[in-house]
Amino acid sequence: MTDVRAGSSGPAGAPGGTAEAARPAAVTGRAASPAASPDAAGPALAVSTTGLTKRFRGGQVAVDHIDLAVPRGSVYGFLGPNGSGKTTTIRMLLGLAFPTSGQAELLGVPMPQGAIQVLPHVGSLIEGPAFYPFLNGRDNLARCDAADRTADPRTAADRINTALDRVGLLAAAGKRYRNYSLGMKQRLAIAAGLLTPRQLIVLDEPTNGLDPQGTREVRGLIREIAADGITVFVSSHLLAEVEQVCSHVGVMRTGRLVFQGPLEELRRTGAARIRIETTDPAVAADVLRKIGLPDPQIAGDEVTAPLTDFSPERICADLVHAGVGVRGLGVVTPSLEELFVGLTGEGFDVDG
Amino acid sequence: MAEATVIESPAAGPGPAAARVPVGHARAWLRFFRSELRQVFLRRRNQMLLGVTALFPILIGVGLRLASHPHGGGGGGGLSFVTQLTGNGIFLSFIALTILLTLVMPVVVAVVAGDSIAGEAGYGTLRYLLAVPAGRTRLLAVKYSVIVVFALAVTFTVTGVALATGAALFPIGPVTLLSGTTVSLAEGILRLVLVSLYVAAAMASLGAIGLAISTLTEHAIGAIAGLAIFVVASEVADQVPQFAVIQPYLPTHWWNSFDALLRAPIDSGTLLKGLLSFAVYLVIFGSFAWARFTTADVTS
Repeated sequence: MTDVRAGSSGPAGAPGGTAEAARPAAVTGRAASPAASPDAAGPALAVSTTGLTKRFRGGQVAVDHIDLAVPRGSVYGFLGPNGSGKTTTIRMLLGLAFPTSGQAELLGVPMPQGAIQVLPHVGSLIEGPAFYPFLNGRDNLARCDAADRTADPRTAADRINTALDRVGLLAAAGKRYRNYSLGMKQRLAIAAGLLTPRQLIVLDEPTNGLDPQGTREVRGLIREIAADGITVFVSSHLLAEVEQVCSHVGVMRTGRLVFQGPLEELRRTGAARIRIETTDPAVAADVLRKIGLPDPQIAGDEVTAPLTDFSPERICADLVHAGVGVRGLGVVTPSLEELFVGLTGEGFDVDG
Repeated sequence: MAEATVIESPAAGPGPAAARVPVGHARAWLRFFRSELRQVFLRRRNQMLLGVTALFPILIGVGLRLASHPHGGGGGGGLSFVTQLTGNGIFLSFIALTILLTLVMPVVVAVVAGDSIAGEAGYGTLRYLLAVPAGRTRLLAVKYSVIVVFALAVTFTVTGVALATGAALFPIGPVTLLSGTTVSLAEGILRLVLVSLYVAAAMASLGAIGLAISTLTEHAIGAIAGLAIFVVASEVADQVPQFAVIQPYLPTHWWNSFDALLRAPIDSGTLLKGLLSFAVYLVIFGSFAWARFTTADVTS
């Protein structure tokens, strides 16, 4: 299933020359995933981790035993407030930081050992764009391309132009990076991720600091990338910014993965509640309790309770029957945003 | 740098990404090296440093020419080559090297060496280079190779400009060596080239120390200042008689020993000790840089 091979056909020498040499033997035969579909090439998971943990020198646990499973071809929203461990996780996935314990695999190749082997197939934007301010956009991309030992120098100029064109920077290619707007910088970083054909694109906070227009552009780019069959792993602290493009989400809270699955599954976890506007909230709560709704909550002249299996019509009839003056009645389903906030906690409660 | 990285795509099947065209290993390395070379030599800051370095031999030459006139016998001073200068302009190169090796050349090399990794970390481009992936060992090797080229450039800028200035301001001809023998101008220039290579080796060894310091910080200016302080501390210790025991082991101790090449026969014992000192510092600090850089988290 897993067919990553370090070729020995090259005249350059035998594999395994340095500490960074890829170790393909360790990869072969590794169980990719029970859900591997027969038509999918390679492992079914583009990113997978088991018990991935990062403890900083001070003892602080930034990432705490997370088990990521990012299906191939998905757009995976990696969500969580600032400081919840998203960037540290991404740094470990890309081999920039070394995990304290646990394993990580990109496209079925263990990281960080397989970095040299697998990273050419992975485009990334890590914690904001970073380029040389004294070079223009094109020269900056040329620099990235020159560092890639798998990139063909003969096609470099074409590939750079294509990538620039794709993010709409062709006209500004000759401008120094120093003079780029934030949105242009962000797009240049995405262009760098598209220089060569990729199977996975990792975008860490791609909409950070962008205006709504820029955010929309980035979302459009993500859609286009995903339409090409490339797996997109996109982190954000704002669900609203990515929910329109994501097929799957993982939610982080203080270093732990508190939810992971298809977006629909997250939506389903949101239980509908009945909301009754009434002149006698206390009596209404009694009625709800009597017919079997758990734990009704009174807030002002409103009573709410989990709807469970009851039909709103029947509840309404029961209330009227008990002589409760019903002014309004409705079923409320929590928005994705509310579910997200429920998972990650409200505001500034990220503990250090 | 011998690992083969001819890789087939993980999705070698009918996936969206076709198998990557393998690029020859040496060619890919050279391409990255050339890119780094351009990065360093086309950067205006470094060009200005080289320009200023080139200015010094001219100023020294003009100064010594003016000073030599009234007395007709050269300014003398503490510099061993100055008396020979009025007889032969080629000695301006040795004078310039002696003077500039004290601070100007080490600082210029320190700027490029200290900036090498710390500068990338400071811009944040280090994480992108590693995600490309440039390869940590490979990146370090490319960085150091360019530091060596820069050390050569700095040294030959000094000797080249000094030779031209010396030839313009003073008579030039057969060279009387420090041991008293006279050799032809051609052999004198050959010896000047060897002297330059020796000094470049000293600067390259210093560059390895700078590279090591550079892996410790993401503030290029800190690494540059650290290396400059290191040089000055070593030079001061080299002047204190009480430190005589450790002086041969100081990194700067053998820098000026290039005059061993200006004797007949060449004082190869001194020369080899100097080169050994440079090699030892290169190995120690090169290993440190590698050990540190291949195991440290990149958090910039």
